[in-house]
Amino acid sequence: MSNSGRPLSPHLSIYRWPITMTLSILHRATGVALSMGLIVLAAWLLHVASGPENYQYFRDMMSSMMGILLLIGWTFAFLLHLGNGIRHLVWDAGYGFEKSQANASAWFVLIFAIAGTAILWVVAL
Amino acid sequence: MAEFRLPQNSRISKGKHFAAPEGASNVKRFAVYRYDPTSGENPRVDTYEVDLDSCGPMVLDALIKIKNEIDPTLTFRRSCREGICGSCAMNIDGGNTLACTRDINDVSGDVKIYPLPHMPVVKDLVPDLTNFYAQYASIKPWLQTRTPPPPDRERLQSKEDQELINEPSACILCACCSTACPSYWWNSDRYLGPAALLAAYRWLVDSRDEATGERLDELEDPFRLYRCHTIMNCTQTCPKGLNPAKAIAETKKMLAERRH
Repeated sequence: MSNSGRPLSPHLSIYRWPITMTLSILHRATGVALSMGLIVLAAWLLHVASGPENYQYFRDMMSSMMGILLLIGWTFAFLLHLGNGIRHLVWDAGYGFEKSQANASAWFVLIFAIAGTAILWVVAL
Repeated sequence: MAEFRLPQNSRISKGKHFAAPEGASNVKRFAVYRYDPTSGENPRVDTYEVDLDSCGPMVLDALIKIKNEIDPTLTFRRSCREGICGSCAMNIDGGNTLACTRDINDVSGDVKIYPLPHMPVVKDLVPDLTNFYAQYASIKPWLQTRTPPPPDRERLQSKEDQELINEPSACILCACCSTACPSYWWNSDRYLGPAALLAAYRWLVDSRDEATGERLDELEDPFRLYRCHTIMNCTQTCPKGLNPAKAIAETKKMLAERRH
């Protein structure tokens, strides 16, 4: 937008991120990650449908170190996106806009996602 | 599309250092963004050591002291020095606020001072607010009526109706909120930003205004209003303690309710 030859003042590099801004960018990032996870989900269904050998092949692949790391990542992405999605619903209804409320709900969603991922995977493994 | 890197002519180089005078005991360092449009050089950050024992308590006091006693070329806007004019809005210690109401002692370490973020810089700490003011004008910030006023008095309001516009009317248009908003950084050509939207809300909820429908029509746009993703930087940073994010959410609710 600057066509005057004037420099643009610094932004991302100097701004101190409030927790609400961090959650906002995480919401978007986890949304993208979950979209990509859909491909794996579809692949899983295809392998289920195409017989036990193919299904075993898929299981082996996802049980590898890399596969488990990806699944842990998607678990976190799912829980964070879910929690923050509910936070957005509450906002859309007009509640939770005071600074203290918005900061508290941001921390709550973040801790919920981290703790939820940890608990699920301790149980699963 | 969002451009995250600063353009070539905007990258910041290391600037000059102005050491504290002999015998100063209570020294605070101020790192200040400098840009001289006549030099043809890129912006830089100069550091000034200021003796707080002979300086007022606010960041604006330090800037005035620097300009008076150390470096008269330093350029910034200021007027009322009591948080009501909005002139000295700038980025201090990573957040947008008014230099005149920000206590130096609330900043730990060096005090880093930049112009309001993602704005064209006229000189040093002075941003070009032309687009910001044009956006404010675009929401028609005045009372619009169709019915004639009562012949014998003003258009009256109940106390409850007045309280609805009390808080949004307290905005001083310092631009701290809009220039704190990442959506505004990437889309300020089409997104109105929190300050203009708070002003729009102020007229939407004014019981005397009779152009609510037209005002909502103007806002119902994927960019003008709906680029707000509730990042909340506006409300977090407002030096007057106002809540533009809530006003925007209320506006979205008004539009949703209108569709039924």
